[in-house]
Amino acid sequence: MRRTPSRSVTGPWPRDWISRPIPIPSPRPTRACRANFAIVGATVLTGTDRRIDNGVVVVTDGKIAAVGDASTPVPGGYRVIDARGRYVTPGVIDVHSHLGVYPSPGVMGMSDGNEATSPNTAQVWAEHSIWPQDPGFNTARAGGVTTLHILPGSANLFGGRGVTVRNVPSITMQGMKMPGAPYSVKMACGENPSRVYGSRNQSPATGMGNVAGYRAAFIAAREYKAKWDKWREDGEGSPPTRNLQNETLAGVLDGSILVQNHCYRADEMAVMMDIAKEFGYRITTFHHATEAYKLAPQLAQAGVCAAMWTGWWGFKMEALDAIEENAALVDAQQGSCAVIHSDDPILTQRLNQEAAAALSAGRRAGLNISEEHAIGWITSNAARAIGIADQTGSLETGKRADVVIWSADPFSIYARADQVFVDGALSFDRMDPAYQPTSDFELGQPGYALTAANVAEGAR
Amino acid sequence: MRLSHLIAGAVAALAVSAPALAQETVAIVGGRVLTGTSVIENGTVVIRDGRIASVGTGGAPAGARVIDAAGKVVAPGFVAVDSGLGGSEVSSVRGTNELRNASNSLSAAFDVSYGLDPWSFTLPVARLGGVTRAVVVPQHPGSSGGHYHEDETAGVGDGGLHEPGLFAGQAAIIHLGPNLQAGGQDILVKPRVAMVAPFGEAGAGVAGGARGAEFVLFKETLAEVRLYARNRSAYERAGLRDLMLSRADLEALIPVAEGSMPLIVTVSRASDILQVLRLAREEGVKVILDGAEEGWLVADQIAAAGVPVLLNPTDNLPNDFEMRAARMENAAALNAAGVVIAIKGNEGSTHRAREARYNAGNAVSHGLPYDAAIAALTVNPARIFGMAGQFGQIAPGAAGDVVVWSGDPLEPLSQPSAVFVGGVEQPLESRPLLLRDRYRQQTPMPPAYRN
Repeated sequence: MRRTPSRSVTGPWPRDWISRPIPIPSPRPTRACRANFAIVGATVLTGTDRRIDNGVVVVTDGKIAAVGDASTPVPGGYRVIDARGRYVTPGVIDVHSHLGVYPSPGVMGMSDGNEATSPNTAQVWAEHSIWPQDPGFNTARAGGVTTLHILPGSANLFGGRGVTVRNVPSITMQGMKMPGAPYSVKMACGENPSRVYGSRNQSPATGMGNVAGYRAAFIAAREYKAKWDKWREDGEGSPPTRNLQNETLAGVLDGSILVQNHCYRADEMAVMMDIAKEFGYRITTFHHATEAYKLAPQLAQAGVCAAMWTGWWGFKMEALDAIEENAALVDAQQGSCAVIHSDDPILTQRLNQEAAAALSAGRRAGLNISEEHAIGWITSNAARAIGIADQTGSLETGKRADVVIWSADPFSIYARADQVFVDGALSFDRMDPAYQPTSDFELGQPGYALTAANVAEGAR
Repeated sequence: MRLSHLIAGAVAALAVSAPALAQETVAIVGGRVLTGTSVIENGTVVIRDGRIASVGTGGAPAGARVIDAAGKVVAPGFVAVDSGLGGSEVSSVRGTNELRNASNSLSAAFDVSYGLDPWSFTLPVARLGGVTRAVVVPQHPGSSGGHYHEDETAGVGDGGLHEPGLFAGQAAIIHLGPNLQAGGQDILVKPRVAMVAPFGEAGAGVAGGARGAEFVLFKETLAEVRLYARNRSAYERAGLRDLMLSRADLEALIPVAEGSMPLIVTVSRASDILQVLRLAREEGVKVILDGAEEGWLVADQIAAAGVPVLLNPTDNLPNDFEMRAARMENAAALNAAGVVIAIKGNEGSTHRAREARYNAGNAVSHGLPYDAAIAALTVNPARIFGMAGQFGQIAPGAAGDVVVWSGDPLEPLSQPSAVFVGGVEQPLESRPLLLRDRYRQQTPMPPAYRN
């Protein structure tokens, strides 16, 4: 007989209140700001390789209702936003963020991103380290970031679960969590785990120690999963004892938890893909992936995304061969998934510029890449890289209305996010102080409520 | 011939192309010329004998090699400040880092100029971002940092050596046009151009943990330097009391105490900036502020003191408690108050020195006038380090450091089409571009054969 566990479950693995909490409402006055509206007159980059000049984006009940050219009808009673001369894109998605877990200020007591106590800490969840008052959420939003994938650090082979959050001001982490977004597990290749644990005279101290560690963990997870599968099937005896570490990895094996794999070097990515084959799981995205261009055909063939920087290189050996053309060369493959990410609270504010530098390098290399295509590196491809492409990442009917109105072409250094909408709610407005949220930490700090004298609004 | 062979041939040709001779006369015509202090439309820049011979709207002189810059922008080469160019290949590889002195007995005397490598693969990368000169500074605990999370660098270790003392050492100016055919030993423009010292939290840490210790120790150190300078012969006879510093450090600090060598002070907090300004006034020390993330709060005082600032305009988060007032408008506010600013690249301006132009662009979108942003990458750094007129601008007599850009140099979508350093045209190549081209080709042989 097949036993149905007494608590309701959404998947084959036990769930409890901690993974699907009832959100404590964010203080954001969603209803008030979520009037239906249409943006007209802008150059629209949809995130689906499409550019519409003098376009119209219609938002109804927080969802994209229509996207089209100037002839697209705007329903009566809708607020009309004149965006002539400006650009509209999907909200920016940063697939590699430590906001909240490595917040500002980065002082003792606030550094909660790495549970660097054991090479396998798949049992910890980044969401339980998130400090929602990190001022970095606000500066990221002012740069157009509407969705973030918050990851643990890379000290461990398995750093723990990553979580996708909406970039909305909230008292609680629960108020930011994106409903329906899959969890991930952060895995790390290379120098970081072997340095952290090797320096403690502990395994892993080498690349081969790393690989032995991944394999041992998945062997244990496979056994754990088999026990639960058997119990679910025959219902005999008591259920197996829950083990949070194996629960996460078993979720990887059944495909419900996505693998976000910090991995710089091409040869190490190839080894990680072998391990995935051995245990029958998928790697969703390689992060940092500085050598993805060396393995671009294989990544595209395997359907693995590569999340990359443009300008960062040379800070350690595994970043030595990073090139500015990485994203463009990865992107050039059929079926590829090139993503620009930040891993940094400063860079996340300007992912559009990092994409512009990648686009520029690609064009320098003779690749013919359009801006309407390259915007996908920080929107639609990014959504795919964290498993939420069915919900957001592009301006398509039915998607969440995560939208940025830019003051200029977002591939220009002078462009700034004028208005940022999350689920159709105005969450940031550069012109209106009423829509420029500050975190509790920012209140009453030096410089608070002062504006720099003699500074004109952006000259261009 | 197949396309891949064509590409391979082009790469090979690039790799062996010799840079143009400094002796040739070059005329760059038809471009929008940003001189560093003005703009000339449809301008002509003539480079001869390694220097700018003329800039204006006239025609090209007879016999000159003419570069058509119609539709392009011609700008002075950028000057990286607070840089590590030539002094670090791979940040985490200790043996390649020539910027951080961990000796217990040497502080101010540490001289980065001895360790700079003209063959460094960081130089061509920075050059492709328009950087032609750099002020290379020694590192200290408050230096423009990397992006590591502290627990991920556990175990990097200091090998039993100490952090640098009160002074990190002395900076040097280099150019980025090494003549590698001639051995490349010519990148050093001027050694020992400035002394470097951390203040604020980092300086307090060096001195014992509190700012009050650092300021007193600093004043006491200068007193000893002056004592030593007055009593050198007694010191030689061992007739002078024991001093805290080694003789080398004392010697190195004499020009600082005399106010002839500027002191680069890394400092963030507004109140620390005011303390540093007062210290400089009381001690007769000439300072350059580095960082100054809260500078906008005391912009008028900085301007009144005539003290210049090296800054990164994108530092807008409270990394720690000494930069809680960090703002994107810092650069604009300081400039508006009359402070001479220079804009830095990212992460110590070594591997990411090329991003200084983007940082300048972001300062513009947050209120800094465009011409001030260009000046902050060119003439201002030269002025700040006492090299006004020698480089950093397109003016007769200045070094022939000129970059021709496909468009506005502050835009990521613009790329340089010609780079001159000291009048010598540089190849537009780099190790990363060699990697790019190796992996773009499809040949029957593995990538290792695609050289």
